Amino acid sequence: MIKAKDITKRYPDGTEALRDVNFDIRSGESCSIIGPSGCGKTTLLLILTGILKPTEGKAVIVGKDMSSPSKEVALVFQNYGLFPWKTVYENASLGLELRGLNRKERKEIVTSLLSELGLKGFENRYPNQISRGMQQRVAFARALALNPKILLMDEPLSSLDALTRENLQNFLLRLWKEKRMTMLLVTHSIEEAVFLGRRIIVLSSRPGTVIRAIDNAEMGDLNYRTKEVFFDKCREVRQSIDTGAI
Amino acid sequence: MPRGETEHRYRSYLITGFFILAIWYLLARILDSIALPTPLAVFSAFIAGLADGSLISHLSISALRVFYGVALASSLAVPIGLVSHEEGVDKFVAPFVYLLYPIPHIVLLPLIILLFGIGDLSKIILIAIIVFFQILVTTRDASRNLSINYVYSMLSLSASRRDIYKHVIFPACVPKILTAMRISVGTSIAVLFFVESFATRKGLGYLIMDSWSRANYPDLYATMVSMALLGFGLYIVIEKIEKKVCRWVYI
Repeated sequence: MIKAKDITKRYPDGTEALRDVNFDIRSGESCSIIGPSGCGKTTLLLILTGILKPTEGKAVIVGKDMSSPSKEVALVFQNYGLFPWKTVYENASLGLELRGLNRKERKEIVTSLLSELGLKGFENRYPNQISRGMQQRVAFARALALNPKILLMDEPLSSLDALTRENLQNFLLRLWKEKRMTMLLVTHSIEEAVFLGRRIIVLSSRPGTVIRAIDNAEMGDLNYRTKEVFFDKCREVRQSIDTGAI
Repeated sequence: MPRGETEHRYRSYLITGFFILAIWYLLARILDSIALPTPLAVFSAFIAGLADGSLISHLSISALRVFYGVALASSLAVPIGLVSHEEGVDKFVAPFVYLLYPIPHIVLLPLIILLFGIGDLSKIILIAIIVFFQILVTTRDASRNLSINYVYSMLSLSASRRDIYKHVIFPACVPKILTAMRISVGTSIAVLFFVESFATRKGLGYLIMDSWSRANYPDLYATMVSMALLGFGLYIVIEKIEKKVCRWVYI
């Protein structure tokens, strides 16, 4: 479904963000990517979305080489995803508007999605008038409104407080189980990577390259966080990050 | 904006206005010169000017010149500033801005009169040239400094270039554009005085020069007050538009 093939990215100023990144994510799989700050995770997502072009190698999504953004893929950003000059409703419906859906069709999809995400009554607020957690849910609403097959997320929860964060992690897990979307989550948090990733890809520091892919078949349960095997998995991930960094 | 806040603002305008009048009055009394009449003398000259319609007709001509000047300047500066977001365009625009902006454009007056005559057109064009740069520099800076992440966010929704301008670059720059226009109103009234002080028999600038030469100081000050009110009025109008259009900035 998502295939990274020998992806290398060098920026014009000479920094090498990624080197020979390879992985393959199956349809309906949920995968976490974790690595130290500045390991090129955001660059990798921008390449997978077709926004940036890799210097070498290629990204293949649903069997097609990525050269421009695909309709199958939605991307959720940590910051800057929402436009402060648009209301919650306008932000959430923007993707549909760009796809040429008319007012009525947009309203139908967005209204039900916003109430599903607990944003009912906040439609006319601006992003700065609602909490961080709500802002992030608006960002999810905008991505989900497009009904994508693949959901890519760039540290979507990292600016949230612990409780809100856990809530949204549960939301993402339920979403994955219900819709069987292919999900790729880039995160800084080991616990989040283990809770949400059926597979956990560990990247090295810059230039980012895949150190290990850890299988995490036990995930998928809301109680997973309290189980012994969860802690074992976190330890395993932590150790592979450490060896990579040194 | 909450009602209380608006009321509070009007009250402080009123108090400040009263304060300025009081200082004016005191100065007029202390100096005791015909060159500085009391506010009351100026006020009656102002009312007389309003009553015979002369002040209104000069004021409206001046207001139109400023309006056309700023409108002409914005209609060129805003699009150029916005498309400077593109690296390729900016490479072309930036050197012009850097070389031409710091020049005092008011010295172009002789050239403009040669090209466009001594009528309204050359007055409007001089105002436009001067505020053009103020608006262009501000708009360009705003569109250049826009975070690339906003553009990425649009691209991830498969937006076209036109969509990006419509949904991101333009709305993000509107507050800066309106601020630039607000500032340019002040500048354009200063230029207005300059361009109306010769070769015309209409406008507040002419009226100032005329009453000065007649040594009619109450009339002179009444015209100055009208000019100040014109600037203040336009400033407030743009501010109101700003508050309405850029609601997201003021929350």
